[in-house]
Amino acid sequence: MKVRVKLYAMLADYLPAGAVKNEVDVELPEGTAVSEALASLQMPIEQCHLVLVNGVFIAPSERSARRLAEGDALAVWPPVAGG
Amino acid sequence: MAWARKILRVNLTKGTCADEALNMEWAQKYLGQRGLATKYLTEEIDPKVDPLSPDNKMIMATGPLTGTCASTAGRYSVVTKGALTGAIACSNSGGFFGNEMKNAGYDMIIFEGKAAKPVYLLVQDGSAELLDAAEYWGTSCWNTEEGIKEKHGDPLLRVASIGISGEKGIKFACIVNDMHRAAGRSGVGTVMGSKNLKAVAIRGTLGVRVDNVDAFMSSVIAGKAVLAENAVTGQGLPAFGTQVLMNVINETGALPTHNHRDVQFAGANNISAEAMAIPRESDGKPNLVTNGACFGCTIACGRVSTIDRTHYTVRDRPEYQKASGGLEYEAAWALGAATGVDDLDALTFANFICNEQGFDPISFGATVGAAMEMFEDGTITTEQTGGMELKFGSAEALTTLAEQCGKGEGFGAEIGLGSKLLCAKYGRPELSMSVKGQEFPAYDSRGIQGMGLAYATSNRGACHLRGYTVASEILGIPEKTDPLVTEGKAGLVKAFQDATAVVDSAGICVFTTFAWSMDDIAPQIDAACEGDWSVENCMAAGERIWNLERKFNLDAGFTGKDDNLPARLLKDAAKTGPAKGKTNGLDIMLPEYYAARGWTTEGIPSNETLNRVAL
Repeated sequence: MKVRVKLYAMLADYLPAGAVKNEVDVELPEGTAVSEALASLQMPIEQCHLVLVNGVFIAPSERSARRLAEGDALAVWPPVAGG
Repeated sequence: MAWARKILRVNLTKGTCADEALNMEWAQKYLGQRGLATKYLTEEIDPKVDPLSPDNKMIMATGPLTGTCASTAGRYSVVTKGALTGAIACSNSGGFFGNEMKNAGYDMIIFEGKAAKPVYLLVQDGSAELLDAAEYWGTSCWNTEEGIKEKHGDPLLRVASIGISGEKGIKFACIVNDMHRAAGRSGVGTVMGSKNLKAVAIRGTLGVRVDNVDAFMSSVIAGKAVLAENAVTGQGLPAFGTQVLMNVINETGALPTHNHRDVQFAGANNISAEAMAIPRESDGKPNLVTNGACFGCTIACGRVSTIDRTHYTVRDRPEYQKASGGLEYEAAWALGAATGVDDLDALTFANFICNEQGFDPISFGATVGAAMEMFEDGTITTEQTGGMELKFGSAEALTTLAEQCGKGEGFGAEIGLGSKLLCAKYGRPELSMSVKGQEFPAYDSRGIQGMGLAYATSNRGACHLRGYTVASEILGIPEKTDPLVTEGKAGLVKAFQDATAVVDSAGICVFTTFAWSMDDIAPQIDAACEGDWSVENCMAAGERIWNLERKFNLDAGFTGKDDNLPARLLKDAAKTGPAKGKTNGLDIMLPEYYAARGWTTEGIPSNETLNRVAL
């Protein structure tokens, strides 16, 4: 299945080849968990602070249970703030 | 200690400057800066006064920590009755001006009356005089600051001034200090302009004393360690600035777009922190030159930027090709998503003009967005705009209007009315995305429910800095809450509002609270100041200040009915993103909030509450 991966701030360094404007479609096995997707991207888990699937926050405790589906958008930020 | 214990009172009508002792009884109840200046203002003016009449007063105020070595302790606030809102106005600024004022020996400067002709105030280590500003009137903040430094032969003077927009009565004019920092919101620069006061220039070398030096140094060192070790204040903000939020808020479906018709912007990434770091084709350099810090700040979130020299805005204008104050998130949102413009250089140029001529990019951009909606539906035509095609997404329209607004000319002068008056003038009041006359900042309250309540109840009109529940609802600071529900938001908003009132009254920056709790802040205040500034007493002062501001607004004629949001946010559901199908649940949250505050169902503080908070 294809999942749209979006990595921002210093996590942009982990974007696979072919990414445009912080986004890239990634092929993942059906039913991949959020935690598995992050691992497959070789993301530093301690830096994965804000993890959103289709814009909805996935708490660290939910990442292994939350399964991704075809067409989902997985967006990740390190600890950031503004205002 | 910490307080200078002295006020400078400047009567512009009489042309006099006089020192007076700070009311230390009030200082013990209202701390300083926002709280203490509000106490002085509410004691000295009629709440129903016309904001632009000589009877309104304007106070520049520092906090007890301002000028000390506490991190970020260079803040000052301008407190007055706001020209944009008619409500209590308190606009906070960084840079170096606040530190200089405190070191010149003053906790605050109270301006009253109106000068017969343009003047500026020169303050040097406890002495003050009013001087003729004729040569600076009609010039920008940048020219005024440079001119005053040159005239007095002192590049170390710190200057706060208004631009032409403030002279011309643009309703959301700022006071700009140190070229790129501003007391930005509610039209405090408009009030300054109405008094024929062009600038305040200060040099201070007297120092600031604290009550308990050892305890103060220990708490300051501990506080700085917390900021350095925190991933947000130690790494995220210095590297990416506030602009890192652009993609975050867009992804969560809470980025107000096209005058709040939409909640996500297709061009968001083009105007984000990430875009600011991408090398340009023309010269291989990115928009972002470096980060920058205000006085004493160990975070350094500020942006310094350049515009592509081949861009249409600066191609033949070398004066704008230099590095200058770059986009912060709120400005980038208003100039960009609100107007549908995703041209980073055009936004940066408009931001430069806002700094140069001293007007609020949030209210400006949001009002342009409202005007664009009225243009697209035919309410406004090229007849009014002087031939300009005022369509969503037009960078040319945005930058042209910025230059016009800065000089109070053309249709830009109409934009300078602010969205409430502009939309009312053209018979479409429902299109003003504002509360109490002040335009929303960069968070759509259909996607971040608590912010709807924070906006509706903000004492200075729609504002993110009065209760930034985005920290909790989106960023998980101090702990994550669900942005799509109303449950628990009344208490959350109240807690943020009261704590922020303390921070704004202390002389430090609210961005410290991404890492600091009141447990980090109170010991620094307590060591610097006489009296008992425990966490509990600090929070009590915060609640007292909030109620004092509320009382002023009620006396000015506002009622609970003004604690409201535009119908668009209450009736038109978000079209996309996680909040799709949702409106803001203000009707649920507001009664809970009034109850949490100890206010009546009409939003009036009860006698019991006033007694409890010692008002």
